[in-house]
Amino acid sequence: MPLWDWSYAFSILPDLLLALVTTIEITVLGSVVALLLGLVIAVLRRARIPVLDQVLWAFVELVRSTPLLVQVFFLFFALPRFGIELSAFVIGVLALGVHYATYTSEVYRAGIDAVPQGQWEAATALSLPRSRVWTGVVLPQAIPRVLPALGNYVISMFKEVPLLLAIGVVEVVNEARELGSETFRYVEPYTIAGVLFLLLSYPASLLVRRLERRRVSA
Amino acid sequence: MSVPEPMIVFDGVEKRFGSNVVLHDLSFTVSPGEHVTLIGPSGSGKTTILRLLMTLEKVDEGTISVGGRYLSHQDKGGTLVPADERYSREVRKRIGMVFQQFNLFPNMTVRGNLIEGPTRVLGLSRDEANTRAADLLELVGLSDKIDAHPTQLSGGQQQRVAIARALAMHPDVLLLDEVTSALDPELVAGVLALLRDLGETTDITFLCVTHEMGFARDFSHRVMMFDGGRVIEDAAPEQLFTAPEHERTKSFLQAVLDH
Repeated sequence: MPLWDWSYAFSILPDLLLALVTTIEITVLGSVVALLLGLVIAVLRRARIPVLDQVLWAFVELVRSTPLLVQVFFLFFALPRFGIELSAFVIGVLALGVHYATYTSEVYRAGIDAVPQGQWEAATALSLPRSRVWTGVVLPQAIPRVLPALGNYVISMFKEVPLLLAIGVVEVVNEARELGSETFRYVEPYTIAGVLFLLLSYPASLLVRRLERRRVSA
Repeated sequence: MSVPEPMIVFDGVEKRFGSNVVLHDLSFTVSPGEHVTLIGPSGSGKTTILRLLMTLEKVDEGTISVGGRYLSHQDKGGTLVPADERYSREVRKRIGMVFQQFNLFPNMTVRGNLIEGPTRVLGLSRDEANTRAADLLELVGLSDKIDAHPTQLSGGQQQRVAIARALAMHPDVLLLDEVTSALDPELVAGVLALLRDLGETTDITFLCVTHEMGFARDFSHRVMMFDGGRVIEDAAPEQLFTAPEHERTKSFLQAVLDH
């Protein structure tokens, strides 16, 4: 048996590409959750509302201090006990999204803190409503600064999607595992899975680096 | 002779930062259309007065009123309680402020900066706000910069746009916080000329913190000298600059003029 069989490799490629679509879907949806929820957490924490602030702080610390895999299992096994029946796909999106939201919230916070105090004061001097201060003045200055950092978290998330094989989500690595178990040939499917990640992650990280350089030169 | 209702009233105002008392039991009034300049050594509390009026700081004791309405407090069933955000935003619409560091919004063009308040706060249509912006840019001599970004402008130009932005709100009171201190010397004159012009052609009430004594002298109706969080002298500029009563005022003016 050769180490690498090209005809076998080509025969499993369509299945792996199909599973890659699932991986990308989870990454995109998870990113939407992470980017929006992280922003909400950052803005709410900036308001320093008593009790809510402590609750958010505790939540962020809890999520950041426990493994993602534990959170995935927790949601998968605990939610049905509360009568919430979700597919493994949806649980995967939620787990990744919420987990990464705790990281993006810190990124947003840094971006918000970097907006000079004078900008808040000028907005107050114009009597702008609170919501408009955020959407018109602070966030348009804070978010461009942190786009590279946010982009890096999206790439990290993409590479963590295979963790969801633990709850049976058929993404690329899980598909590779199943294909391998049918033929007892594992080298081709796992290698192709790895190459597919590389083909997407590397250009994405180049893009982020370009964003970073543009920020620096701007 | 009828006495006009004062535009600004400070009544027993105290402001502390931690254990440091920056304003002691301060009471004064400013009439509508009056130009008042606050002078004094740094840390004497003069900038704090502007920041209290803009609600960038909260008073610890006493009350502030603007145009006959409490700014720091609101009347709830006969008792005064600290003003909430909504109420103080309503009262401070009448007040504009120009900052030492301009604080233009860098994410907007000059036009965006000028129409932001009128459209979002005063409820003007975009067309009305654009007309107002164009008129004001003509007034400050920067009509050709309407689509520029703040970063493309010199400090003096940015400050003139910032003045136009404050004027776009049609304020009754304009607070000027060391508006020429961050400018290169050759750009100061243009900004001061604009302010002199506004002083003559509008009935805005000005409260001004500055180190430009020449400007203070011919712009102000009244000069208040601060030291250690108290007013130690309050007089017409001719009086205060030529024959100050207090030793502290004399030594301060000496130090500033020697500089």
